Amino acid sequence: MKLLVCITKTPETTAKIAFSDGNSKFDENGVQFIMNPYDEWYALVRALELKEKHGGSVTVINVGLTANDAVIRKALAIGADDAVRIDAEALSAGQVAANIAAYAKDKEYDIIFTGKESIDFNGSEVGGMIAEHLSISYISYASHMEHDGAKAVISRDIEGGVEVVEVQNPFVVSASKGLAEQRIPNMRGIMMAKRKPFEVVEASVKTSKVSVVSYELPPAKTGVKMVDPEDMDELVRLLHEEAKVI
Amino acid sequence: MSVLVLAENPKGRFKKAAYELVHYGHLTAKSLGGECIALVIGGVDGAGDLGKYGASKVIHLADFKAGFDSGVYANIITQIAEQVGAHTVVVNHSSAGKSLAGRIAVRMDAGIVSQVNTVPAKEGSGITVGKPVFSGKAFAKFKVEGDKRVFSLMGNAIAVAEVGQACPVESLSVNIPESNVTVKEVKTVDGIVPLPEAELVVSAGRGMKGPENWGIIEELAKTIGATTACSRPVADTGWRPHHEHVGQTGVAIRPNLYIAAGISGAIQHLAGVNSSKCIVVINKDPEAPFFKAADYGVCADLFDVVPRLTEAFKKFKSQ
Ligand SMILES: Cc1cc2nc3c(=O)[nH]c(=O)nc-3n(C[C@H](O)[C@H](O)[C@H](O)COP(=O)(O)OP(=O)(O)OC[C@H]3O[C@@H](n4cnc5c(N)ncnc54)[C@H](O)[C@@H]3O)c2cc1C
Ligand SMILES: Nc1ncnc2c1ncn2[C@@H]1O[C@H](COP(=O)(O)O)[C@@H](O)[C@H]1O
Repeated sequence: MKLLVCITKTPETTAKIAFSDGNSKFDENGVQFIMNPYDEWYALVRALELKEKHGGSVTVINVGLTANDAVIRKALAIGADDAVRIDAEALSAGQVAANIAAYAKDKEYDIIFTGKESIDFNGSEVGGMIAEHLSISYISYASHMEHDGAKAVISRDIEGGVEVVEVQNPFVVSASKGLAEQRIPNMRGIMMAKRKPFEVVEASVKTSKVSVVSYELPPAKTGVKMVDPEDMDELVRLLHEEAKVI
Repeated sequence: MSVLVLAENPKGRFKKAAYELVHYGHLTAKSLGGECIALVIGGVDGAGDLGKYGASKVIHLADFKAGFDSGVYANIITQIAEQVGAHTVVVNHSSAGKSLAGRIAVRMDAGIVSQVNTVPAKEGSGITVGKPVFSGKAFAKFKVEGDKRVFSLMGNAIAVAEVGQACPVESLSVNIPESNVTVKEVKTVDGIVPLPEAELVVSAGRGMKGPENWGIIEELAKTIGATTACSRPVADTGWRPHHEHVGQTGVAIRPNLYIAAGISGAIQHLAGVNSSKCIVVINKDPEAPFFKAADYGVCADLFDVVPRLTEAFKKFKSQ
């Protein structure tokens, strides 16, 4: 099977979120970056499992500048066969998806994986956009997938449960928790990653219809009101009369 | 010109999310121009009632029955958008909406912003709209250039209001494309409000010691009609189902009330819950970081406090 996994780079989950340039830019100062957890833990690993079962290859792809190379190398260390970086700053989901679709267009991937969302912009947009550009099926929020090489039976998360669907290759699938078990790269993988093919290609789309104008932090909480554990009637009264949520 | 909204009707009826969306479409039409037109796909009673929340017309494709395929739905919605001259299409940020928004945007050659929580405004050459980013740790204002755009609306972000009366319902004809997806089964738990839509949530963490102790949490939730949630390690160790996991790598929620018992309040947990309107934290450790993000705190053993709180709610409800 020919598999493509879209990976992106996000701030580490405990990173301090701050902004610069008059709140117009994310302040990267002192921030550590990681591979988006859904891409690394679930999408990539499920792709590797399919390759181990059915043969074929796993390519990882990222739209970004050279600062992303460390994250891409990690994907190679975990087990991807080769990597592609489309050399442009990622401006929006629309621009990212257009570039990935343009790259994938004539390459006949059986499955294109994405994460269910990136944990920075929480868009859940890229996968569906790639699928539409390529006119193929898109199954979002997959938490389980059986695949016989030609078709898949996928459980996807929906409100209050799951929907089980059957889909033929080729398709795009976005990975949510449960699709696979996280793999930690070992020393051998890290060494091998250095020799794996890593292609940098020019971007076909460098403009975006969507951009961020400004950021804002949520208003700070005014302070917690402690309630006497012996007096839960008081807590209920506060929730009713003061917070007005009950 | 119009704003087209997709009013979802799971199991043949509208839920709060559909009314929120229609009302948001109404506010968006007021802000950007045109009227709000609601699209309903599949059978439902009382489609015209959407007029009460601001739709001037409902397009009802009552006969369409196939299971959900994002490709087919996006194709149909875009055909309708063209027929009604929509400059803006809005869907819910639901499992269906999330898989549709991007496809519709590509088909319409429109800009897309997902999970919006403010009404868009004209600004300079484009329009601006807000949404949470970094899993709720911040907000951002986005600008969309061009004359078309697609949004998905975050749950519980817009207060529903009645602004009019039932409106006309009509049908339009569309070409239905072939599908490569077969829905085999839908497994949902009935009678429970799904977490993203829940107004009241009772959540518990590792402080519960084990899954056998969850009775007191379920009892509290049942008493106030809340949905249950949990921290990540609780779902990871199988104490609770995965779909209850809230936080940065779980479900992001925005209820009116979030009660957290035996959860420390790690930054990744807070990320998914701190947009809640009111947070109550029950923890025996006065230093638990969650107290800093809480509106009300109870510093005590949850095994004492939770049953007592349930009793207090029961007493309140019987009054
Ligand atoms: C990449 C990444 C992503 C993550 N994503 C998420 C996420 O999405 N959601 C999430 O929840 N976590 C997430 N985590 C995990 C997070 O960092 C914390 O480890 C987790 O939230 C802790 O869960 P907890 O509060 O239930 O357990 P603990 O941290 O063990 O806290 C238990 C709390 O219960 C209290 N307690 C114990 N006994 C009692 C009692 N009898 N009465 C009252 N209080 C008691 C203790 O004082 C303590 O504060 C993520 C971590 C990483 C690295
Ligand atoms: N710059 C990027 N390069 C490659 N893939 C990306 C990029 N941004 C997002 N993706 C993929 O799209 C998924 C969803 O991202 P988003 O639509 O931003 O929530 C991510 O989990 C990645 O798999």
